[in-house]
Amino acid sequence: MGLKIVVTVKQVPDTHNLSRDAMKPDGTVNRNALPAIFNPEDLNALEEALKIKETLGATVTAISMGPPKAKDVLKECLYRGADDGILISDRQFAGADTLATSYALKCAVEKIGGFDLILCGRQAIDGDTAQVGPQIAEKLNLNQLTCVSEIIEINDQTVIAKRIVEGGYEIVKSRLPVLITILAGANEPRSPSAKRVMAFKNIDSKVCETSYDEVYVEPDSCDMIGFIKEWNARTIDADPSICGLSGSPTKVKKIEGVVLTTGVAKKVENTQAGIADLVHELIEEHIIG
Amino acid sequence: MSNFYRDNPDILFHMENMDISRVIKLKEDNFAEKEECSYAPKDIEDAMDNYDLILEIVGEIAGGFIAGRAPEVDQAGAKFENGEVTYAKGTVEALDRLKKADLMGFTLPRKYGGINVPKTIYSIAIEVIARADASLMNIFGLQEIADTIYHFGSEDQRRRFLPRFTTGEVMGAMALTEPDAGSDLQSVSLKARQNSEGQWLLNGVKRFITNGCADVSLVLARSEEGTTGGRGISLFIYERDEHMKIRRIERKLGIHGSPTCEIQFNNAPAELLGKRKMGLVKYTMSLMNGARLAVAAQAIGIAEAAYREAKTYAASRVQFKKQIHDFSAIYEILVDIKVNIEAARTLLYETARMVDIKEGIEEKIARHPESQSDLKDALKQYSKFSSLFTPLVKAYAAEMGNKVCYDAIQVHGGVGYTCEFNVERHFRDVRITNIYEGTTQLQIVAAIGGVIRGVVFERLNEFESDNDFSSIRDLFQAAQKLRTHLETAVTHIKEKQDAVYQEYHARRLVEMATDTVISYLLCRDGLKSDRKKKIARHFISKAQHRVRSTLNCVLSDDHGTIDFRDEILVWMDTR
Repeated sequence: MGLKIVVTVKQVPDTHNLSRDAMKPDGTVNRNALPAIFNPEDLNALEEALKIKETLGATVTAISMGPPKAKDVLKECLYRGADDGILISDRQFAGADTLATSYALKCAVEKIGGFDLILCGRQAIDGDTAQVGPQIAEKLNLNQLTCVSEIIEINDQTVIAKRIVEGGYEIVKSRLPVLITILAGANEPRSPSAKRVMAFKNIDSKVCETSYDEVYVEPDSCDMIGFIKEWNARTIDADPSICGLSGSPTKVKKIEGVVLTTGVAKKVENTQAGIADLVHELIEEHIIG
Repeated sequence: MSNFYRDNPDILFHMENMDISRVIKLKEDNFAEKEECSYAPKDIEDAMDNYDLILEIVGEIAGGFIAGRAPEVDQAGAKFENGEVTYAKGTVEALDRLKKADLMGFTLPRKYGGINVPKTIYSIAIEVIARADASLMNIFGLQEIADTIYHFGSEDQRRRFLPRFTTGEVMGAMALTEPDAGSDLQSVSLKARQNSEGQWLLNGVKRFITNGCADVSLVLARSEEGTTGGRGISLFIYERDEHMKIRRIERKLGIHGSPTCEIQFNNAPAELLGKRKMGLVKYTMSLMNGARLAVAAQAIGIAEAAYREAKTYAASRVQFKKQIHDFSAIYEILVDIKVNIEAARTLLYETARMVDIKEGIEEKIARHPESQSDLKDALKQYSKFSSLFTPLVKAYAAEMGNKVCYDAIQVHGGVGYTCEFNVERHFRDVRITNIYEGTTQLQIVAAIGGVIRGVVFERLNEFESDNDFSSIRDLFQAAQKLRTHLETAVTHIKEKQDAVYQEYHARRLVEMATDTVISYLLCRDGLKSDRKKKIARHFISKAQHRVRSTLNCVLSDDHGTIDFRDEILVWMDTR
């Protein structure tokens, strides 16, 4: 029945309302000081999935990696119309940077299998890296369309989308399966449905070590799914050495308060020479290397 | 982006403290659906939690989506072109959002796709939406058409129409008013005749029909040829087709987003709802009473919006080196506004609760006919209370809302009169609330009987026996003093046996009754919160002066207005 869509969602600290103790001295986010919210652009990604579900028919599976409390964003997905929610949660995933996160999510997506479309928000408001989506696509060896502001046309074979690029936009076409990252401007996410809120408000998560197919319940065949699936590192066959902190090459050296000012914009030509110049400059400035 | 439910501590106070367990048990038929339906509550606590979550969605949509679009909706308004009505863009978007959130079948049973919420909670939703955009509430609130079909339609009609309302596929209208039948609906003349196949056909014109362009309308029509009174009128379900023409829409002071249509039926096929001849006397009265509750809630919502504008402005505006809210002339206005809004709210929820109990008992009897004899007395009692309290709250809330918006502009001064500020819109929007669904003058006519016959005192007796007011004895005694004044006035009027004099003072008596009832309710709220005690004290202390002076007027036996009417209005120089 229709497409099989996976949407990646993240629970993030609400960085719109920052307070002084937002960061801990060690450079990680002080989650207690900030209310946890649904990452805004992930809601846009979910909305695109739900729109496709309405027009083409699709099953929408929302997945999130995070602590047990991240179940809340999966509930929000169910409230809006997702068919299924999977929480990727394990102590081994703690401290993950984008590389380790995309690895775990890639393992989970492989476990789900048979997908036609992966939709991600462009970036999360805590890290603002916009790396996880593209990295998942790379690891799965999938086409990727980033920074999409509109899905113009989609069928069970191909998708045509508008992506925002520097100085304009381009219309691109890809075969499925494909990973798409969605921009905030793509849509105005729907509100939760009253019926679904009442139906799912008490839904719990359950650790599942069995294979996906065994626990998967056809959403249409029964009234509502009974629980949010919780998968750990072993369930998704993730290699512990490249998960969490141990799989994360990113190390925070120090944290400082910076007031951002608009400087001079510099355009980097999309050529081998242009990119080489940029990399050279970044090494010179000790930003990478 | 605020949530118009979560940011309102007074509504939250009532959600926390109102006891609607009896309503819930009736509405949920003792939780009969808890096993078969995933979104049916399993107990009272679960139901209250559901209502809270539903209102959270309503509040989010109202505050985060509708309110921002309201100024544009007001400017653009609904349009009439080439015989068809189009809503403003913001109206369409808001309705779509409400539909997708399953909010178009608020009070309808789950079996027809509704979410089976009591009217008490529905009133809160109406208020929250009206606070964001008063005109949208009109269209949203017309889901009550479906409620009427549910209560009086056949099972076949319910199945055919209700699910289409709950999914938002169709919207409704109630086509009652005609050019020559406004307040006086007994003179409705739109004709309904059966052709040889028994098909009802409608012919005639309806005027001032809110959302008259709707897909499904309930049309009041004269089905009994040769009759003139209310008994010759039936109610019909009409599904829009080519036999109905929209002649025009009104250009009006406010609620621009809500199209007010003049429509003409030309042999339009319709089906009878319920029984013949009961259209006006039973079904329309029920429909109107529901709508009156909704209008009361709408007026409170607009008042809340205006109050917040005034409060914010008074805090930011500096004159004579002071924020103007520090001048007593200004803060007294703000305090009065706030107290009166809370007064209207407590009266609204009390009324809605009684209506819920009445309808709940009716449904229970329909479901379990064997319970009829046990419930007969309670049904009678709550019918009486509902019939009295509904016009009371409609009149009070609508007049209060008008006063609040008037005062909110006054707090703004000159800028409040400009279109740059929202208060002028609220002022225009609220003006209809004491006119439509029966003017305040008609609410007085509907309520006066219950005051004279003592229904109001029956209810006050219940309050006195159901609550222990000993912890706030002085305050409650002050409220009881109002009751004594009201009794004195009623006794005086009854003893005079002068129908003209009674009619002349009807408004004054009803206002005394309203002040008294609200004072009791605020005392009850005061038992739960110290802040509410202060609200009660403030309200009662102002009500005392009003009620005493009204009493003096009633006792004066002054016939001046009645006797000198002609001399004053018609310049007759009799020197």
